[in-house]
Amino acid sequence: MSEIVKKVASGDIRAVAKLIRDIDDKVPEVREVLKDLYPFTGKAYVVGITGAPGVGKSTLVDQMVTHLRGNGQTVGILAVDPTSPFSGGAILGDRVRMQRHSLDEGVFIRSMATRGYFGGLTQSTRSAIDVLDAMGKDYILVETVGVGQDEIDIVQSAHTTIIVLVPGMGDDIQALKAGILEVGDIFVVNKADREGADRTVNDLRLMIEMDEKRYKDGWKPPILTAQAVFDKGIQEILEEIENHKAFLASSVERQSALQHEKARHDLTEMIKDQIIQEVLADIVNSGEFEQALQSIAERKLDPYTACDTIVSKKIKSGTR
Amino acid sequence: MERNRQIKQGHRKIRVLVAKPGLDGHDRGARIIARAYRDAGFEVVYSGLHQTPEEIVQAAIQEDVDMVGLSSLAGAHMYLFPKVVELLREKGAEDIVVCGGGIFPEEDIPKLKEAGIKEIFIPGTPLSEVVKWVEEHVEPRD
Ligand code: B12
Ligand SMILES: Nc1nc2c(ncn2[C@@H]2O[C@H](COP(=O)(O)OP(=O)(O)OP(=O)(O)O)[C@@H](O)[C@H]2O)c(=O)[nH]1
Ligand SMILES: [Mg+2]
Repeated sequence: MSEIVKKVASGDIRAVAKLIRDIDDKVPEVREVLKDLYPFTGKAYVVGITGAPGVGKSTLVDQMVTHLRGNGQTVGILAVDPTSPFSGGAILGDRVRMQRHSLDEGVFIRSMATRGYFGGLTQSTRSAIDVLDAMGKDYILVETVGVGQDEIDIVQSAHTTIIVLVPGMGDDIQALKAGILEVGDIFVVNKADREGADRTVNDLRLMIEMDEKRYKDGWKPPILTAQAVFDKGIQEILEEIENHKAFLASSVERQSALQHEKARHDLTEMIKDQIIQEVLADIVNSGEFEQALQSIAERKLDPYTACDTIVSKKIKSGTR
Repeated sequence: MERNRQIKQGHRKIRVLVAKPGLDGHDRGARIIARAYRDAGFEVVYSGLHQTPEEIVQAAIQEDVDMVGLSSLAGAHMYLFPKVVELLREKGAEDIVVCGGGIFPEEDIPKLKEAGIKEIFIPGTPLSEVVKWVEEHVEPRD
Protein backbone atom coordinates (compact mmCIF):
# COMPACT_ATOMS: atom_id res chain seq x y z
CA MET A 1 0.00 0.00 0.00
CA SER A 2 1.39 3.37 -1.00
CA GLU A 3 2.26 6.13 1.42
CA ILE A 4 -0.53 8.31 0.07
CA VAL A 5 -3.21 5.67 0.65
CA LYS A 6 -2.02 5.28 4.24
CA LYS A 7 -2.13 9.01 4.75
CA VAL A 8 -5.59 9.41 3.27
CA ALA A 9 -6.98 6.50 5.24
CA SER A 10 -5.62 8.03 8.43
CA GLY A 11 -7.31 11.32 7.64
CA ASP A 12 -4.28 13.41 6.65
CA ILE A 13 -5.83 16.64 5.37
CA ARG A 14 -3.10 17.65 2.96
CA ALA A 15 -2.96 14.19 1.43
CA VAL A 16 -6.72 14.18 0.96
CA ALA A 17 -6.71 17.66 -0.54
CA LYS A 18 -3.93 16.83 -2.99
CA LEU A 19 -5.48 13.56 -4.03
CA ILE A 20 -8.76 15.26 -4.89
CA ARG A 21 -6.75 17.77 -6.91
CA ASP A 22 -5.06 14.98 -8.82
CA ILE A 23 -8.42 13.36 -9.47
CA ASP A 24 -9.76 16.64 -10.80
CA ASP A 25 -6.71 17.23 -12.97
CA LYS A 26 -6.93 13.67 -14.24
CA VAL A 27 -3.40 12.74 -13.31
CA PRO A 28 -2.98 9.20 -14.69
CA GLU A 29 -1.21 7.80 -11.59
CA VAL A 30 -4.29 8.50 -9.52
CA ARG A 31 -5.96 5.41 -10.85
CA GLU A 32 -3.72 3.07 -8.88
CA VAL A 33 -4.20 5.09 -5.70
CA LEU A 34 -7.98 4.87 -6.08
CA LYS A 35 -7.77 1.13 -6.51
CA ASP A 36 -5.84 0.76 -3.27
CA LEU A 37 -8.15 3.17 -1.52
CA TYR A 38 -11.31 1.36 -2.49
CA PRO A 39 -11.23 -1.18 0.36
CA PHE A 40 -11.42 1.75 2.79
CA THR A 41 -14.64 3.06 1.27
CA GLY A 42 -18.26 2.13 1.72
CA LYS A 43 -18.74 3.29 5.29
CA ALA A 44 -19.89 6.88 4.86
CA TYR A 45 -23.50 7.93 4.40
CA VAL A 46 -23.79 10.14 1.34
CA VAL A 47 -26.45 12.83 1.13
CA GLY A 48 -27.02 14.81 -2.07
CA ILE A 49 -28.43 18.32 -1.81
CA THR A 50 -29.62 19.79 -5.06
CA GLY A 51 -31.92 22.52 -6.33
CA ALA A 52 -32.02 25.65 -8.45
CA PRO A 53 -29.40 28.40 -8.00
CA GLY A 54 -29.83 30.47 -4.86
CA VAL A 55 -32.50 28.40 -3.11
CA GLY A 56 -30.28 28.13 -0.03
CA LYS A 57 -28.46 24.83 -0.49
CA SER A 58 -25.17 25.99 0.99
CA THR A 59 -26.87 27.64 3.93
CA LEU A 60 -28.76 24.42 4.59
CA VAL A 61 -25.59 22.37 4.34
CA ASP A 62 -23.88 24.73 6.77
CA GLN A 63 -26.66 24.30 9.32
CA MET A 64 -26.82 20.56 8.82
CA VAL A 65 -23.11 20.37 9.54
CA THR A 66 -23.61 22.18 12.85
CA HIS A 67 -26.33 19.73 13.87
CA LEU A 68 -24.39 16.66 12.75
CA ARG A 69 -21.32 17.87 14.63
CA GLY A 70 -23.49 18.39 17.68
CA ASN A 71 -24.31 14.69 17.46
CA GLY A 72 -20.62 13.86 17.29
CA GLN A 73 -20.64 12.93 13.59
CA THR A 74 -17.80 13.88 11.26
CA VAL A 75 -18.68 15.47 7.94
CA GLY A 76 -17.16 15.82 4.50
CA ILE A 77 -18.61 18.34 2.06
CA LEU A 78 -18.29 18.53 -1.70
CA ALA A 79 -19.71 21.71 -3.15
CA VAL A 80 -19.94 21.57 -6.92
CA ASP A 81 -20.31 24.71 -9.02
CA PRO A 82 -20.41 25.06 -12.79
CA THR A 83 -17.35 25.75 -14.89
CA SER A 84 -17.69 28.73 -17.20
CA PRO A 85 -18.05 27.38 -20.72
CA PHE A 86 -16.32 30.49 -22.01
CA SER A 87 -13.12 30.59 -20.02
CA GLY A 88 -12.94 27.16 -18.42
CA GLY A 89 -12.62 28.94 -15.09
CA ALA A 90 -15.07 28.97 -12.20
CA ILE A 91 -16.00 30.94 -9.12
CA LEU A 92 -16.60 28.53 -6.29
CA GLY A 93 -18.68 30.48 -3.81
CA ASP A 94 -20.43 27.86 -1.71
CA ARG A 95 -17.66 27.84 0.83
CA VAL A 96 -18.55 31.38 1.91
CA ARG A 97 -21.58 30.02 3.77
CA MET A 98 -19.68 27.21 5.43
CA GLN A 99 -16.41 28.88 6.38
CA ARG A 100 -17.28 28.90 10.09
CA HIS A 101 -16.60 25.15 10.09
CA SER A 102 -13.20 25.68 8.54
CA LEU A 103 -11.24 25.16 11.75
CA ASP A 104 -13.28 22.19 12.93
CA GLU A 105 -11.12 19.11 12.42
CA GLY A 106 -14.22 16.95 12.09
CA VAL A 107 -15.20 18.80 8.93
CA PHE A 108 -13.56 18.78 5.51
CA ILE A 109 -14.92 21.16 2.87
CA ARG A 110 -13.96 20.98 -0.77
CA SER A 111 -15.24 23.06 -3.67
CA MET A 112 -15.21 21.50 -7.11
CA ALA A 113 -15.97 22.84 -10.55
CA THR A 114 -17.93 20.74 -13.00
CA ARG A 115 -15.20 20.97 -15.66
CA GLY A 116 -17.21 18.34 -17.47
CA TYR A 117 -16.92 19.21 -21.07
CA PHE A 118 -16.39 15.63 -22.12
CA GLY A 119 -18.13 13.99 -19.23
CA GLY A 120 -15.71 14.72 -16.44
CA LEU A 121 -17.87 15.95 -13.64
CA THR A 122 -19.54 12.88 -12.40
CA GLN A 123 -16.46 10.72 -12.41
CA SER A 124 -14.30 13.20 -10.48
CA THR A 125 -17.02 13.89 -7.98
CA ARG A 126 -17.66 10.20 -7.44
CA SER A 127 -13.98 9.58 -6.84
CA ALA A 128 -13.83 12.55 -4.48
CA ILE A 129 -16.70 11.04 -2.51
CA ASP A 130 -14.66 7.86 -2.22
CA VAL A 131 -11.70 9.83 -0.89
CA LEU A 132 -13.75 11.54 1.82
CA ASP A 133 -15.31 8.19 2.64
CA ALA A 134 -11.88 6.58 2.97
CA MET A 135 -10.62 9.39 5.17
CA GLY A 136 -13.29 8.34 7.64
CA LYS A 137 -16.04 10.93 7.42
CA ASP A 138 -19.37 9.65 8.78
CA TYR A 139 -21.51 11.80 6.51
CA ILE A 140 -20.70 13.24 3.11
CA LEU A 141 -22.86 16.10 1.88
CA VAL A 142 -22.70 16.80 -1.85
CA GLU A 143 -24.13 20.11 -3.04
CA THR A 144 -24.89 20.45 -6.73
CA VAL A 145 -26.90 22.97 -8.70
CA GLY A 146 -29.85 20.98 -9.92
CA VAL A 147 -30.28 22.18 -13.43
CA GLY A 148 -28.78 19.67 -15.79
CA GLN A 149 -28.43 15.97 -16.36
CA ASP A 150 -25.01 15.93 -14.77
CA GLU A 151 -26.40 17.13 -11.51
CA ILE A 152 -29.16 14.58 -11.45
CA ASP A 153 -26.56 12.02 -12.26
CA ILE A 154 -24.50 12.90 -9.23
CA VAL A 155 -27.47 12.03 -7.16
CA GLN A 156 -26.97 8.39 -8.12
CA SER A 157 -24.03 8.39 -5.77
CA ALA A 158 -26.10 9.53 -2.82
CA HIS A 159 -27.95 7.31 -0.39
CA THR A 160 -30.42 10.08 0.28
CA THR A 161 -31.18 12.90 -2.13
CA ILE A 162 -32.66 16.15 -0.89
CA ILE A 163 -34.33 18.48 -3.37
CA VAL A 164 -34.48 22.07 -2.21
CA LEU A 165 -37.15 24.46 -3.47
CA VAL A 166 -38.42 27.86 -2.45
CA PRO A 167 -41.93 29.28 -2.18
CA GLY A 168 -43.50 30.58 -5.34
CA MET A 169 -42.08 27.95 -7.65
CA GLY A 170 -45.58 26.82 -8.65
CA ASP A 171 -45.05 26.55 -12.36
CA ASP A 172 -41.48 25.54 -11.91
CA ILE A 173 -42.57 22.46 -10.04
CA GLN A 174 -44.31 21.30 -13.18
CA ALA A 175 -41.10 21.80 -15.07
CA LEU A 176 -39.11 20.01 -12.42
CA LYS A 177 -41.24 16.95 -12.68
CA ALA A 178 -39.52 15.70 -15.77
CA GLY A 179 -36.19 15.25 -14.09
CA ILE A 180 -35.61 16.19 -10.58
CA LEU A 181 -38.81 15.25 -8.84
CA GLU A 182 -38.23 11.56 -9.43
CA VAL A 183 -34.89 11.49 -7.69
CA GLY A 184 -35.93 13.27 -4.50
CA ASP A 185 -36.06 11.22 -1.32
CA ILE A 186 -36.76 14.30 0.78
CA PHE A 187 -38.15 17.65 -0.35
CA VAL A 188 -37.35 20.83 1.49
CA VAL A 189 -39.18 24.07 0.84
CA ASN A 190 -36.59 26.52 2.13
CA LYS A 191 -37.07 30.24 2.77
CA ALA A 192 -40.38 29.37 4.40
CA ASP A 193 -40.22 32.79 6.03
CA ARG A 194 -41.42 34.01 2.66
CA GLU A 195 -44.98 34.00 1.48
CA GLY A 196 -46.40 30.97 -0.27
CA ALA A 197 -44.53 28.13 1.42
CA ASP A 198 -47.76 26.26 2.24
CA ARG A 199 -48.88 26.53 -1.32
CA THR A 200 -45.60 25.12 -2.61
CA VAL A 201 -45.79 22.27 -0.11
CA ASN A 202 -49.33 21.47 -1.27
CA ASP A 203 -48.39 21.59 -4.93
CA LEU A 204 -45.51 19.26 -4.25
CA ARG A 205 -47.62 16.88 -2.22
CA LEU A 206 -50.13 16.66 -5.02
CA MET A 207 -47.48 15.84 -7.57
CA ILE A 208 -45.83 13.24 -5.43
CA GLU A 209 -49.08 11.55 -4.52
CA MET A 210 -50.08 11.34 -8.16
CA ASP A 211 -46.89 9.51 -8.85
CA GLU A 212 -47.86 6.31 -7.09
CA LYS A 213 -45.13 4.09 -8.35
CA ARG A 214 -42.70 6.48 -6.72
CA TYR A 215 -43.54 5.24 -3.27
CA LYS A 216 -44.91 1.83 -4.00
CA ASP A 217 -41.84 0.26 -2.49
CA GLY A 218 -42.54 1.93 0.81
CA TRP A 219 -40.80 5.29 0.90
CA LYS A 220 -43.04 8.26 0.46
CA PRO A 221 -40.84 11.36 0.20
CA PRO A 222 -41.58 13.72 3.05
CA ILE A 223 -42.01 17.40 2.29
CA LEU A 224 -40.52 19.69 4.88
CA THR A 225 -40.25 23.41 5.31
CA ALA A 226 -37.12 25.16 6.50
CA GLN A 227 -35.63 28.57 7.11
CA ALA A 228 -31.98 27.81 6.74
CA VAL A 229 -30.72 31.29 7.64
CA PHE A 230 -32.66 31.14 10.91
CA ASP A 231 -31.67 27.54 11.65
CA LYS A 232 -35.29 26.42 11.51
CA GLY A 233 -36.39 23.01 10.29
CA ILE A 234 -32.90 21.54 10.21
CA GLN A 235 -33.42 18.96 12.94
CA GLU A 236 -36.46 17.65 11.05
CA ILE A 237 -34.41 17.26 7.89
CA LEU A 238 -31.81 15.24 9.77
CA GLU A 239 -34.53 13.08 11.29
CA GLU A 240 -35.91 12.31 7.85
CA ILE A 241 -32.43 11.44 6.64
CA GLU A 242 -32.20 8.96 9.51
CA ASN A 243 -35.65 7.60 8.62
CA HIS A 244 -34.62 7.13 5.03
CA LYS A 245 -31.38 5.52 6.11
CA ALA A 246 -33.33 3.09 8.29
CA PHE A 247 -35.73 2.44 5.44
CA LEU A 248 -32.89 1.54 3.09
CA ALA A 249 -31.38 -0.75 5.69
CA SER A 250 -34.67 -2.44 6.56
CA SER A 251 -34.69 -4.86 3.66
CA VAL A 252 -31.79 -6.98 2.53
CA GLU A 253 -33.23 -7.32 -0.98
CA ARG A 254 -33.68 -3.60 -1.35
CA GLN A 255 -30.18 -2.99 -0.16
CA SER A 256 -28.60 -5.43 -2.54
CA ALA A 257 -30.75 -4.16 -5.41
CA LEU A 258 -29.54 -0.65 -4.64
CA GLN A 259 -25.92 -1.75 -4.45
CA HIS A 260 -26.31 -3.50 -7.75
CA GLU A 261 -27.89 -0.47 -9.37
CA LYS A 262 -25.14 1.77 -8.05
CA ALA A 263 -22.49 -0.62 -9.34
CA ARG A 264 -24.16 -0.72 -12.75
CA HIS A 265 -24.33 3.03 -12.91
CA ASP A 266 -20.81 3.66 -11.66
CA LEU A 267 -19.22 1.11 -13.93
CA THR A 268 -21.13 2.28 -17.01
CA GLU A 269 -20.09 5.85 -16.34
CA MET A 270 -16.52 4.85 -15.69
CA ILE A 271 -16.28 2.95 -18.95
CA LYS A 272 -17.81 5.86 -20.85
CA ASP A 273 -15.43 8.25 -19.17
CA GLN A 274 -12.38 6.18 -19.93
CA ILE A 275 -13.31 5.65 -23.55
CA ILE A 276 -13.89 9.36 -23.93
CA GLN A 277 -10.57 10.12 -22.27
CA GLU A 278 -8.60 7.69 -24.33
CA VAL A 279 -10.23 8.03 -27.71
CA LEU A 280 -10.96 11.71 -27.61
CA ALA A 281 -7.71 12.80 -26.02
CA ASP A 282 -5.87 10.85 -28.67
CA ILE A 283 -7.64 12.27 -31.67
CA VAL A 284 -7.60 15.76 -30.24
CA ASN A 285 -3.86 15.61 -29.74
CA SER A 286 -3.25 14.11 -33.16
CA GLY A 287 -5.36 16.76 -34.85
CA GLU A 288 -7.73 14.16 -36.24
CA PHE A 289 -10.62 15.63 -34.26
CA GLU A 290 -10.12 19.13 -35.61
CA GLN A 291 -9.82 17.75 -39.13
CA ALA A 292 -13.08 15.86 -38.83
CA LEU A 293 -14.80 18.92 -37.37
CA GLN A 294 -13.62 20.99 -40.28
CA SER A 295 -14.83 18.48 -42.85
CA ILE A 296 -18.21 18.22 -41.20
CA ALA A 297 -18.50 21.99 -40.93
CA GLU A 298 -17.79 22.27 -44.65
CA ARG A 299 -20.28 19.45 -45.27
CA LYS A 300 -17.64 17.38 -47.02
CA LEU A 301 -18.20 14.62 -44.51
CA ASP A 302 -21.23 13.46 -42.55
CA PRO A 303 -20.81 13.07 -38.77
CA TYR A 304 -21.99 9.44 -38.85
CA THR A 305 -19.16 8.35 -41.09
CA ALA A 306 -16.67 10.44 -39.15
CA CYS A 307 -17.74 8.83 -35.90
CA ASP A 308 -17.66 5.30 -37.31
CA THR A 309 -14.20 5.83 -38.72
CA ILE A 310 -12.77 7.21 -35.50
CA VAL A 311 -14.38 4.76 -33.14
CA SER A 312 -13.72 1.61 -35.15
CA LYS A 313 -10.10 2.59 -35.71
CA LYS A 314 -9.54 3.33 -32.03
CA ILE A 315 -11.30 0.26 -30.74
CA LYS A 316 -9.43 -2.01 -33.14
CA SER A 317 -6.08 -0.50 -32.29
CA GLY A 318 -6.91 -1.31 -28.67
CA THR A 319 -6.36 0.87 -25.66
CA ARG A 320 -2.90 2.12 -25.15
CA MET B 1 -8.56 25.99 -27.30
CA GLU B 2 -9.08 25.67 -23.57
CA ARG B 3 -11.70 23.02 -24.10
CA ASN B 4 -9.38 20.81 -26.01
CA ARG B 5 -6.65 21.25 -23.48
CA GLN B 6 -8.95 20.14 -20.74
CA ILE B 7 -9.15 16.61 -21.86
CA LYS B 8 -5.44 16.07 -22.01
CA GLN B 9 -4.48 13.69 -19.28
CA GLY B 10 -2.87 15.40 -16.38
CA HIS B 11 -3.79 18.92 -17.39
CA ARG B 12 -3.37 21.08 -14.32
CA LYS B 13 -5.70 23.97 -13.81
CA ILE B 14 -4.68 26.90 -11.61
CA ARG B 15 -6.70 27.09 -8.39
CA VAL B 16 -6.68 30.19 -6.23
CA LEU B 17 -8.32 31.35 -3.02
CA VAL B 18 -9.43 34.98 -2.84
CA ALA B 19 -9.81 35.90 0.80
CA LYS B 20 -10.84 38.89 2.90
CA PRO B 21 -9.02 38.81 6.22
CA GLY B 22 -10.12 40.81 9.24
CA LEU B 23 -13.04 43.11 9.86
CA ASP B 24 -12.78 44.91 6.52
CA GLY B 25 -16.13 44.92 4.74
CA HIS B 26 -15.00 46.24 1.35
CA ASP B 27 -15.52 43.31 -0.96
CA ARG B 28 -15.98 44.93 -4.37
CA GLY B 29 -12.33 44.69 -5.26
CA ALA B 30 -12.09 41.06 -4.16
CA ARG B 31 -15.13 40.13 -6.25
CA ILE B 32 -13.81 41.92 -9.31
CA ILE B 33 -10.48 40.13 -8.95
CA ALA B 34 -12.25 36.78 -8.50
CA ARG B 35 -14.16 37.33 -11.72
CA ALA B 36 -11.02 38.36 -13.59
CA TYR B 37 -9.32 35.16 -12.45
CA ARG B 38 -12.29 33.07 -13.51
CA ASP B 39 -12.30 34.74 -16.92
CA ALA B 40 -8.64 33.82 -17.23
CA GLY B 41 -9.59 30.17 -16.77
CA PHE B 42 -8.65 29.74 -13.10
CA GLU B 43 -10.78 28.02 -10.50
CA VAL B 44 -11.43 30.59 -7.81
CA VAL B 45 -12.58 29.76 -4.32
CA TYR B 46 -13.98 32.82 -2.58
CA SER B 47 -13.78 32.85 1.21
CA GLY B 48 -16.29 35.56 2.00
CA LEU B 49 -15.78 38.37 4.49
CA HIS B 50 -14.33 38.52 7.98
CA GLN B 51 -11.89 35.65 7.86
CA THR B 52 -9.19 35.01 10.40
CA PRO B 53 -5.74 34.06 9.06
CA GLU B 54 -6.28 30.59 10.56
CA GLU B 55 -9.52 30.11 8.63
CA ILE B 56 -7.91 31.33 5.41
CA VAL B 57 -5.01 28.93 5.75
CA GLN B 58 -7.25 25.99 6.53
CA ALA B 59 -9.39 26.79 3.49
CA ALA B 60 -6.28 27.09 1.30
CA ILE B 61 -5.10 23.67 2.40
CA GLN B 62 -8.45 21.89 2.10
CA GLU B 63 -9.00 23.43 -1.32
CA ASP B 64 -5.43 22.66 -2.39
CA VAL B 65 -4.99 26.05 -4.06
CA ASP B 66 -1.80 27.24 -5.75
CA MET B 67 -2.20 30.80 -4.57
CA VAL B 68 -3.93 32.86 -1.92
CA GLY B 69 -4.93 36.40 -2.88
CA LEU B 70 -5.60 38.61 0.13
CA SER B 71 -7.65 41.77 -0.14
CA SER B 72 -7.58 44.55 2.42
CA LEU B 73 -8.77 48.14 2.37
CA ALA B 74 -9.09 48.68 6.08
CA GLY B 75 -5.54 49.06 7.29
CA ALA B 76 -4.90 45.85 9.27
CA HIS B 77 -2.74 44.32 6.55
CA MET B 78 0.54 44.64 8.44
CA TYR B 79 -0.67 42.09 10.94
CA LEU B 80 -3.01 39.94 8.82
CA PHE B 81 -0.97 39.38 5.65
CA PRO B 82 2.29 38.22 7.28
CA LYS B 83 0.26 36.05 9.65
CA VAL B 84 -1.19 34.12 6.71
CA VAL B 85 2.30 33.52 5.30
CA GLU B 86 3.55 32.42 8.69
CA LEU B 87 0.70 29.96 9.26
CA LEU B 88 1.11 28.46 5.81
CA ARG B 89 4.76 27.89 6.63
CA GLU B 90 3.82 26.31 9.94
CA LYS B 91 1.53 23.87 8.14
CA GLY B 92 4.21 22.96 5.64
CA ALA B 93 2.30 24.71 2.89
CA GLU B 94 4.83 27.41 2.05
CA ASP B 95 4.61 26.34 -1.59
CA ILE B 96 1.29 28.19 -1.77
CA VAL B 97 2.03 31.66 -3.19
CA VAL B 98 0.54 34.65 -1.36
CA CYS B 99 -0.23 37.98 -3.01
CA GLY B 100 -2.34 40.89 -1.88
CA GLY B 101 -4.29 43.87 -3.06
CA GLY B 102 -6.13 46.89 -1.74
CA ILE B 103 -5.17 50.19 -0.18
CA PHE B 104 -1.84 50.49 1.61
CA PRO B 105 0.46 53.28 2.72
CA GLU B 106 3.35 53.25 0.30
CA GLU B 107 5.96 52.50 2.96
CA ASP B 108 4.20 49.27 3.93
CA ILE B 109 4.61 47.63 0.55
CA PRO B 110 8.33 46.71 0.84
CA LYS B 111 7.72 45.43 4.37
CA LEU B 112 4.92 43.19 3.19
CA LYS B 113 7.11 41.79 0.46
CA GLU B 114 9.83 41.15 2.97
CA ALA B 115 7.33 39.24 5.05
CA GLY B 116 6.72 36.87 2.15
CA ILE B 117 3.85 38.48 0.24
CA LYS B 118 5.05 37.94 -3.31
CA GLU B 119 3.32 40.94 -4.87
CA ILE B 120 1.00 43.79 -3.92
CA PHE B 121 -1.59 45.29 -6.25
CA ILE B 122 -2.95 48.75 -5.64
CA PRO B 123 -6.07 50.43 -7.08
CA GLY B 124 -5.72 51.26 -10.73
CA THR B 125 -3.70 48.18 -11.67
CA PRO B 126 -5.24 46.87 -14.89
CA LEU B 127 -6.94 43.52 -14.42
CA SER B 128 -4.95 42.08 -17.29
CA GLU B 129 -1.79 42.76 -15.33
CA VAL B 130 -3.18 41.14 -12.19
CA VAL B 131 -4.00 38.03 -14.21
CA LYS B 132 -0.71 38.00 -16.10
CA TRP B 133 1.21 38.10 -12.85
CA VAL B 134 -0.46 34.87 -11.74
CA GLU B 135 0.22 33.17 -15.04
CA GLU B 136 3.87 34.13 -14.75
CA HIS B 137 4.44 33.49 -11.07
CA VAL B 138 2.15 30.68 -10.06
CA GLU B 139 2.72 27.16 -11.24
CA PRO B 140 0.05 24.59 -10.62
CA ARG B 141 1.80 22.32 -8.15
CA ASP B 142 2.60 18.68 -8.62
C1 B12 C 1 -17.02 51.76 -1.91
C2 B12 C 1 -16.39 52.09 -0.56
C3 B12 C 1 -17.06 51.67 0.57
C4 B12 C 1 -18.34 50.83 0.50
C5 B12 C 1 -17.93 49.35 0.34
C6 B12 C 1 -18.88 48.55 -0.52
C7 B12 C 1 -18.37 47.14 -0.71
N1 B12 C 1 -19.20 46.15 -0.48
O1 B12 C 1 -17.24 46.92 -1.09
C8 B12 C 1 -18.95 51.16 1.88
C9 B12 C 1 -19.84 52.37 1.74
C10 B12 C 1 -19.75 50.01 2.52
C11 B12 C 1 -17.73 51.55 2.68
C12 B12 C 1 -17.67 51.54 4.03
C13 B12 C 1 -16.58 51.97 4.77
N2 B12 C 1 -15.46 52.53 4.28
CO1 B12 C 1 -15.04 52.61 2.44
N3 B12 C 1 -14.59 53.02 0.70
C14 B12 C 1 -15.16 52.77 -0.46
C15 B12 C 1 -14.33 53.41 -1.60
C16 B12 C 1 -15.00 54.72 -1.97
C17 B12 C 1 -14.14 52.60 -2.84
C18 B12 C 1 -13.69 51.15 -2.62
C19 B12 C 1 -13.99 50.32 -3.83
O2 B12 C 1 -14.96 49.56 -3.86
N4 B12 C 1 -13.20 50.49 -4.89
C20 B12 C 1 -13.37 49.79 -6.13
C21 B12 C 1 -12.60 48.47 -6.07
C22 B12 C 1 -12.75 47.70 -7.39
O3 B12 C 1 -11.27 48.76 -5.88
P1 B12 C 1 -10.36 48.09 -4.74
O4 B12 C 1 -11.20 47.46 -3.71
O5 B12 C 1 -9.32 49.03 -4.32
O6 B12 C 1 -9.66 46.90 -5.54
C23 B12 C 1 -8.71 47.10 -6.56
C24 B12 C 1 -7.28 47.05 -6.05
O7 B12 C 1 -7.12 47.54 -4.76
C25 B12 C 1 -6.88 45.64 -6.21
N5 B12 C 1 -7.23 44.63 -5.21
C26 B12 C 1 -8.05 44.70 -4.17
N6 B12 C 1 -8.13 43.50 -3.53
C27 B12 C 1 -7.33 42.66 -4.18
C28 B12 C 1 -7.02 41.33 -3.96
C29 B12 C 1 -6.14 40.67 -4.80
C30 B12 C 1 -5.85 39.24 -4.61
C31 B12 C 1 -5.55 41.38 -5.88
C32 B12 C 1 -4.62 40.70 -6.79
C33 B12 C 1 -5.86 42.72 -6.10
C34 B12 C 1 -6.75 43.36 -5.26
O8 B12 C 1 -7.51 45.30 -7.41
C35 B12 C 1 -8.80 45.91 -7.48
C36 B12 C 1 -9.12 46.26 -8.89
O9 B12 C 1 -8.18 47.18 -9.38
C37 B12 C 1 -12.95 53.64 -0.89
C38 B12 C 1 -12.14 54.82 -1.39
C39 B12 C 1 -11.31 54.48 -2.59
N7 B12 C 1 -11.23 55.40 -3.49
O10 B12 C 1 -10.76 53.37 -2.70
C40 B12 C 1 -13.37 53.83 0.57
C41 B12 C 1 -12.40 53.42 1.67
C42 B12 C 1 -11.75 52.09 1.34
N8 B12 C 1 -13.30 53.26 2.81
C43 B12 C 1 -12.78 53.70 3.91
C44 B12 C 1 -13.45 53.69 5.15
C45 B12 C 1 -12.73 54.36 6.29
C46 B12 C 1 -14.71 53.09 5.28
C47 B12 C 1 -15.52 52.99 6.57
C48 B12 C 1 -14.74 52.61 7.83
C49 B12 C 1 -16.22 54.31 6.67
C50 B12 C 1 -16.98 54.58 7.92
N9 B12 C 1 -16.35 55.35 8.78
O11 B12 C 1 -18.09 54.10 8.06
C51 B12 C 1 -16.57 51.91 6.25
C52 B12 C 1 -16.08 50.52 6.76
C53 B12 C 1 -16.79 49.35 6.14
C54 B12 C 1 -16.26 48.03 6.65
N10 B12 C 1 -17.03 47.27 7.40
O12 B12 C 1 -15.12 47.70 6.43
C55 B12 C 1 -11.37 54.23 3.74
C56 B12 C 1 -10.30 53.26 4.27
C57 B12 C 1 -9.15 53.98 4.87
C58 B12 C 1 -8.08 53.07 5.40
N11 B12 C 1 -7.45 52.25 4.58
O13 B12 C 1 -7.80 53.10 6.56
C59 B12 C 1 -11.34 54.49 2.19
C60 B12 C 1 -9.95 54.32 1.57
C61 B12 C 1 -11.87 55.93 1.98
C62 B12 C 1 -10.91 56.98 2.53
N12 B12 C 1 -10.10 57.57 1.70
O14 B12 C 1 -10.94 57.23 3.71
N13 B12 C 1 -16.73 51.93 1.87
N1 LIG D 1 -35.15 34.61 3.50
C1 LIG D 1 -34.37 33.54 3.50
N2 LIG D 1 -33.19 33.57 2.85
C2 LIG D 1 -32.42 32.48 2.86
C3 LIG D 1 -32.80 31.30 3.54
N3 LIG D 1 -31.83 30.38 3.37
C4 LIG D 1 -30.88 30.97 2.61
N4 LIG D 1 -31.22 32.23 2.31
C5 LIG D 1 -30.44 33.21 1.52
O1 LIG D 1 -30.47 32.86 0.16
C6 LIG D 1 -29.26 33.27 -0.48
C7 LIG D 1 -28.63 32.10 -1.20
O2 LIG D 1 -28.24 31.14 -0.27
P1 LIG D 1 -27.20 30.00 -0.60
O3 LIG D 1 -27.14 29.09 0.57
O4 LIG D 1 -25.93 30.57 -1.09
O5 LIG D 1 -27.95 29.30 -1.81
P2 LIG D 1 -27.44 28.15 -2.78
O6 LIG D 1 -28.62 27.38 -3.20
O7 LIG D 1 -26.32 27.42 -2.16
O8 LIG D 1 -26.88 29.02 -3.99
P3 LIG D 1 -25.97 28.54 -5.22
O9 LIG D 1 -24.92 27.63 -4.66
O10 LIG D 1 -25.42 29.82 -5.74
O11 LIG D 1 -26.89 27.86 -6.16
C8 LIG D 1 -28.36 33.82 0.63
O12 LIG D 1 -28.45 35.21 0.63
C9 LIG D 1 -28.97 33.24 1.90
O13 LIG D 1 -28.75 34.04 3.03
C10 LIG D 1 -34.05 31.30 4.25
O14 LIG D 1 -34.46 30.32 4.87
N5 LIG D 1 -34.78 32.44 4.19
MG1 LIG E 1 -24.39 27.08 -2.86
